[in-house]
Amino acid sequence: MGLARPDTVPGPAPGTPILSLSGVCKSFGALKVADRISFDLPKGQALGIIGPNGAGKSTLFNLITGNLAVDAGTVRLNGRDVTRDSAMSRCAAGIGRSFQIPQPFGSLSVFENVCVAASFGRNLPESAVTDDCITVLRQCGLLHRANLPAAQLSLLERKRLELARAMATVPDLLLLDEIAGGLTEGECQALVDTIRSLHAGGVTIVWIEHVLHALTSVVERLLVLDFGRVLAIGAPDVIMASAEVREIYLGIDV
Amino acid sequence: MQGYVKTATRASRPFVLLLALVVIALALAPLWASRNTLQDLFFILTMLSLAQFWNLLAGYGGLVSIGQQAFVGLGAYAMFGAVILLGIGPIQAILLGGIAALALAIPTAFFAFRLQGAYFAVGTWVVAEVVRLCVSMWQAVGGGSGTSLPRDARDGLIGLDQIMALFSVRGAEARDIILYWLALCVTVATVLGLYAFLRTRSGLALSAVRDNIAAARSVGVRAEGMRWRVFLIAAFGTGIIGALIFLQNGRISPDAAFSVTDWTAFVFFIVIIGGIGTIEGPIIGVLVLFALQSAFAQFGAWYLVMLGLLAIGVTLFAPKGLWGLISARTGLSLFPVRRRLILSDPSEDKP
Ligand SMILES: Nc1ncnc2c1ncn2[C@@H]1O[C@H](COP(=O)(O)OP(=O)(O)OP(=O)(O)O)[C@@H](O)[C@H]1O
Ligand SMILES: [Mg+2]
Repeated sequence: MGLARPDTVPGPAPGTPILSLSGVCKSFGALKVADRISFDLPKGQALGIIGPNGAGKSTLFNLITGNLAVDAGTVRLNGRDVTRDSAMSRCAAGIGRSFQIPQPFGSLSVFENVCVAASFGRNLPESAVTDDCITVLRQCGLLHRANLPAAQLSLLERKRLELARAMATVPDLLLLDEIAGGLTEGECQALVDTIRSLHAGGVTIVWIEHVLHALTSVVERLLVLDFGRVLAIGAPDVIMASAEVREIYLGIDV
Repeated sequence: MQGYVKTATRASRPFVLLLALVVIALALAPLWASRNTLQDLFFILTMLSLAQFWNLLAGYGGLVSIGQQAFVGLGAYAMFGAVILLGIGPIQAILLGGIAALALAIPTAFFAFRLQGAYFAVGTWVVAEVVRLCVSMWQAVGGGSGTSLPRDARDGLIGLDQIMALFSVRGAEARDIILYWLALCVTVATVLGLYAFLRTRSGLALSAVRDNIAAARSVGVRAEGMRWRVFLIAAFGTGIIGALIFLQNGRISPDAAFSVTDWTAFVFFIVIIGGIGTIEGPIIGVLVLFALQSAFAQFGAWYLVMLGLLAIGVTLFAPKGLWGLISARTGLSLFPVRRRLILSDPSEDKP
């Protein structure tokens, strides 16, 4: 997309990872859902995250975006410690995310949903973002639904709206949580194409997905999460060939 | 340009003209209305502004407060205190009423924003009760039994003599006229101010925060800031109206000023019956309340039971209120805030 953030801050030293987690921990009572998670994500890379249900993938996203507070560890964005920053300021710092269970603004129209994201995510007046909203809605296949209340969308369309809203903030780092589940083959391909073109435009992507063929056709690196721990991280073919990962994914279409 | 955004609807333009005519007619009411009618109009206008502020809180901000009587009462008492103790003119003291309510709203928000949903509602009610108890112990303004506004303060109202001469009326009637005009100004300012706010991007963001606060934060909306702003604005406005209502009454007591029935239950009824989360709704709601009040108020407690049942019925069968039914049937929108996207290439409206 030819969209730019107006308020580009002086960049960090070259080679600084866009996202860097070190020793991130989170527990819900006795349940440990993030156990000393550490990894670096170079700018421009696409990272896939896989793992069984309940492994703590979505929780990891919430820790990165600031929707949840970490118990221990640090989250760095472009080298800057944002561990104590609010979700709002992390959005301003360039994180966009989709929710696994879609969280539309139900009483607003599809267009208004995207408009809020475009206007507040980039801190631009409403009148300046209309065309960009249209572009995003077109890319996500929602343009013909623009004036419909978001509450009336089908589940599939809600997932697209999640993507559209995240894209509208023009993130440097885009976090996608299971947006391909339930799509037909054709729709999945269209989604993969959209994400690829975003990625080609320089956006760093972290993508949680159970639909492995869609995931592996985009990402350059794969992270396996199990019981809140990073089981493995590396090139997709190497990861998928590992016995341990195959065991965890036994029964899941590889 | 691939398209543009439109907020006006077919009905809203002629409606502006109609609205202007109604406001002019209301402004001229002292010429055509009896003193009783004027007092009824004062009731309708003040209840309408109270309802719009509660609507802003609950309908747009998702902050369902049942403690707005705290701000009505404190606003009214601050006005009385300023007049009695400091000798400030009653009309200037109305502003102090608003400021006192604003000052109370800050600690209230600190406390109540920690609570979610029903706990928030109960929390605001607890604050109102605490403030009522404190005020009951304030002997200088009559303690638990209340007090009246000093005669010289009532007679010293700005512009009283001119109005008496202009309309050739006695002091009491001239006072009603001045306070009626004040109520009209406050109401028009409230409705237009609310409408203007809802059309800004902050107004849109407020609805987003109400619908889904986590998602709103994630797209860069200052959700906490939005809630604070709305709560403080509503408290200030509610305090002003409280001061105005009790200036009209001329008498105040803790039970009347902090009445949960008068300042929260009736307001709740107006907004629910008319249609929550719309500007049109409370306007219809207040007229319904007034009609019911005129017809059935002599039945006392039964009247309140009936209002309650009616409100429950509407929540169950027409959750968007009377205005919701009307606008669903006719597509009308008198104060449109929804943004409609109009595409330059209409063929893109199809999948
Ligand atoms: N707010 C919460 N409070 C308590 N427990 C939670 C909370 N959020 C998630 N959990 C629990 O934490 C664990 C990890 O949840 P999470 O949603 O991160 O898993 P996931 O890897 O995304 O799973 P899935 O593939 O099903 O989406 C689950 O057991 C879940 O029940
Ligand atoms: Mg998940």
